[in-house]
Amino acid sequence: MEGGAILAELRARFGDAVVETHAHRGDHTAVVTREALGEVLGHCRDDARLAFDVLMDLTAVDVSKLPGREDGPRFEVVYHLYSLRHNHRLRLKVRVSEDDPVVPTAVPLWPIADWLEREVWDMFGVRFQGHPALRRLLLYEEFVGHPLRKDYPVNRRQPLIGPRT
Amino acid sequence: MARPTTTREFMLGEGAGTGSGSQNIHVGVGPAHPAMHGIIRIQAELDGEVIVKADVEIGYLHRAFEKDCEVGGWNNAIPYTDRLNYVSPLINNFGYASAVEKLLGIEITERCQYIRVITSEISRICDHLTCVGASAMELGAFTVFLYMIKAREFLWELVEDVTGARLTISYGRVGGVKADLPPDFGDKMRAAFKQVREVLDEVHRLLTGNRIFMDRMVGVGALSREETIAYAITGPMLRAVGVPYDVRRAQPYYVYDRLDWEVPTQAAGDNFARYLVRMAEMEQSMRIAEQALDQIPGGPINVDHQGRPLDPATYVDQGKQGKTESLLLIPIRLSPNLQGSERPAHQRINAADKRVILPPKETTYGSIEGLMNHFMLIMEGYGIRPPPGEAYFAVEGANGELGFYVVSDGTDRPYRVRCRPPCLPPMAALHRMIEGEMVADLVPTFGSVNMIGGELDR
Repeated sequence: MEGGAILAELRARFGDAVVETHAHRGDHTAVVTREALGEVLGHCRDDARLAFDVLMDLTAVDVSKLPGREDGPRFEVVYHLYSLRHNHRLRLKVRVSEDDPVVPTAVPLWPIADWLEREVWDMFGVRFQGHPALRRLLLYEEFVGHPLRKDYPVNRRQPLIGPRT
Repeated sequence: MARPTTTREFMLGEGAGTGSGSQNIHVGVGPAHPAMHGIIRIQAELDGEVIVKADVEIGYLHRAFEKDCEVGGWNNAIPYTDRLNYVSPLINNFGYASAVEKLLGIEITERCQYIRVITSEISRICDHLTCVGASAMELGAFTVFLYMIKAREFLWELVEDVTGARLTISYGRVGGVKADLPPDFGDKMRAAFKQVREVLDEVHRLLTGNRIFMDRMVGVGALSREETIAYAITGPMLRAVGVPYDVRRAQPYYVYDRLDWEVPTQAAGDNFARYLVRMAEMEQSMRIAEQALDQIPGGPINVDHQGRPLDPATYVDQGKQGKTESLLLIPIRLSPNLQGSERPAHQRINAADKRVILPPKETTYGSIEGLMNHFMLIMEGYGIRPPPGEAYFAVEGANGELGFYVVSDGTDRPYRVRCRPPCLPPMAALHRMIEGEMVADLVPTFGSVNMIGGELDR
């Protein structure tokens, strides 16, 4: 399926839940509401015409310093989907605010989401509701803060941690 | 999800503890275990010698690649991408550069695309040699390791010829590459490939069909096709379960669609299948590089007015004799990188876009436009400034899809750089591969994952 057709399909099926769609440099992106995210992801994986069987990547962007986006929701959680059957790609985004940075988990759909969501929690502090064990992945448990947030200075030092008993 | 059952017969006494009701024990494997390649820690719950449950921790390498990219300019991230994968750094260089080029909307020159293909494939062979050699060594086949490292050495000499360094090559540039191929590269590459082929032949005879090796690899660490896809595993591990997905074929970039090669696959999905896929891929990579070298536009650099290759000494002699009709056609190479009088090479391998490419040094020193162009790219607050937006570009790394997701806010610094590391998904699925297997099976299985710490931890 061609990228524009995928976006049209999503808009037709989910209506207002698809907040925004665009195609930039050949990448087709749909921004969906948080409430509809689980349903959209499920549809993307299971619908035979879409058949996005691979969750290629899951990451987040702290848009609080992006021009024009300072006042909106702080985080964008970005899903890169790929279909082995149809060889097409789709980028899905969901925007969440700093006060309530919670997104439904994708672990039941793709087990790889387990680690990727742990990494996003680790780096951005975005929580995933329903995740089996949302621990830090790249950093240690006692690490203070979430380093890929824009307000985390690149040279901040962490308190020294002694050996665990 | 269905998990393939691996049947195995217990030797007398070997499986005595299994199911006897005795207490399971916890064993921490790594991070100091020699087969753990550094930073990985696996907490395993054992029943006898069988791993019942495993928890994989990927350790703290703390490179902070993604955070560091936000500090410097767009080209300043190139050295960081080298260090993502120390055995195939060229692919990482080009993956990042291509993502930025996509964001900028610029086209690199055809010769540069061929150079990227050739050097990427050399890197891929180095990566597979290291992976297969190291995992064979962990099973006791030390000869194989030495042979493979010898073969890798031939290739690293090629890499050194092209880039000036062996590991930390920093060869890619947004919009091109650092320097052209050296003049005698073609001959050296063919000679090196001949030796690599001999090594691969030797290794095939040592390992493929070797009773001990097969006992350790066949049926071990298997993952089903469905599970491999659900875990987003790409590269040789995906092809080892029979899915012929390869970014170079599925979404061709550079000039891969002009070349004739195959995507090797296997059906079993176990460690042995992964080994066979990697061995076959090295052959294919050499095929690709050789074809690309045949097709690469440009040809010999020193030719006379009739197109015959000319060595520099003859050229000088002819000049002394007054035979100067072809002098203007001939670019002179004085230095192996772009510091000398290499303006023609510069135009061949770098995009014409003045927003991203530093001018040749003689232009910088010799004309005010060149000087201004140079400064506008070097000064803080200027430099490469992609328009606001985002792009995702994937290349086929040695371990699978290596994707870069870049976000620009219109300034000279990346707003966000995200690397989709190809070895993270197999590490996330590692516990599925080793649960139900024996402790000793952990070693070949972990070897077949080809975990690269720099990529995994970023």
